[in-house]
Amino acid sequence: MDYLQYLRLDKFPHIWCAGCGDGIALKAILRAVHNIGWEKDNIAMVSGIGCSSRTPGYVDFNTLHTTHGRAIPFATGLKMARPEMNVIVVSGDGDATAIGGNHLIHAARRNIDLTVLIYNNHIYGMTGGQVSPETPMGDFATTAPYGAMENNFDISGLTIAAGASFVARCTVYHANLLGKLIEKALSKKGFSLVEVMSPCPTAYGKINKKGTGNEMILNQKQLAVRVERAKTMSPEELKNKIIIGTIIDRELPEYVNTYEKIISQAQRR
Amino acid sequence: MSEKASIEINEKWCKGCEICVDVCPRDVFEMRNFVAKVKDIDKCTGCMLCEQLCPDFAIIVHAPEKKKKSVSV
Ligand SMILES: Cc1ncc(C[n+]2csc(CCOP(=O)(O)OP(=O)(O)O)c2C)c(N)n1
Ligand code: SF4
Ligand code: SF4
Ligand code: SF4
Repeated sequence: MDYLQYLRLDKFPHIWCAGCGDGIALKAILRAVHNIGWEKDNIAMVSGIGCSSRTPGYVDFNTLHTTHGRAIPFATGLKMARPEMNVIVVSGDGDATAIGGNHLIHAARRNIDLTVLIYNNHIYGMTGGQVSPETPMGDFATTAPYGAMENNFDISGLTIAAGASFVARCTVYHANLLGKLIEKALSKKGFSLVEVMSPCPTAYGKINKKGTGNEMILNQKQLAVRVERAKTMSPEELKNKIIIGTIIDRELPEYVNTYEKIISQAQRR
Repeated sequence: MSEKASIEINEKWCKGCEICVDVCPRDVFEMRNFVAKVKDIDKCTGCMLCEQLCPDFAIIVHAPEKKKKSVSV
């Protein structure tokens, strides 16, 4: 397929570092959109602030680059006002689970028809490597010189418990699967989330001696375990592994739909 | 379309990350002056892996339909 037809070519080359996974994730989004066949004008991409949040700047859709952590509230307003719009949120682990963590769980709880892609690179990339709720315990960050002291959020567990319709996880190395999971997420009516494991060689890789971007991405091949296989493995065997695939896919009432029903009920009175 | 695959590299966008060199199962690429170059196009199977994994949109693979097979890694 021709990726360039979806891009704002005058904005290239993009700002992401050599070997950053974010460009691979963007390609997977574009393949998903292309396969579904949506018109560019019927898509709105919304983001907060961060390296990952620069994504909407590169795509020729309707785009909204908002404030740090607030992409989901903006996207919620947009979806309520224009339900026919296909709304995609691109967010970082800091953006979505630290400053924006409450928005994330409440959007999942409402099960509003948005697709949220959280690029998890275990760090605040844009601002130079501060610890995030996704920095593994013991790993280093500029604000964790002795190693991170806190547990992580389990993003999928959190959003499943909150009530999301669809939750998946994938590495950028498994780009083909990533595109397919994003396609499923985009097609799902209800809150859908894909956690995209996207290495940040600059702000996380270097301080943690994880190698260069290409090495970090290649390493995902060893780290990833398919959901189906993970079910047969013990917690010890799964330690430090990345479980990839569809984690939940279920039918639940969707918020915009419920809201529209209430409007027509009220009008009938 | 010709029977052979061909590859376009946009050298202005390539950041020299070497992902294409590492992931190509047929050793088609090499690095020269921090930019990816096609070393041996004849070995290319048109699997599209390099195109999917180049983060910089710097690779376009033109693969003949029958050579093109979707990869699943
Ligand atoms: C209200 C507010 N607080 C802090 C910042 C500074 N800031 C910009 S990006 C960022 C974190 C980015 O990390 P993440 O969301 O994980 O995205 P990444 O850059 O890693 O893709 C922070 C703290 C800001 N822009 N606005
Ligand atoms: S700082 Fe990290 S997340 Fe940001 S562009 Fe560079 S590699 Fe990617
Ligand atoms: S993967 Fe893309 S950016 Fe990286 S070296 Fe190859 S052509 Fe250049
Ligand atoms: S299409 Fe496949 S075989 Fe051809 S250069 Fe790319 S990765 Fe190598």
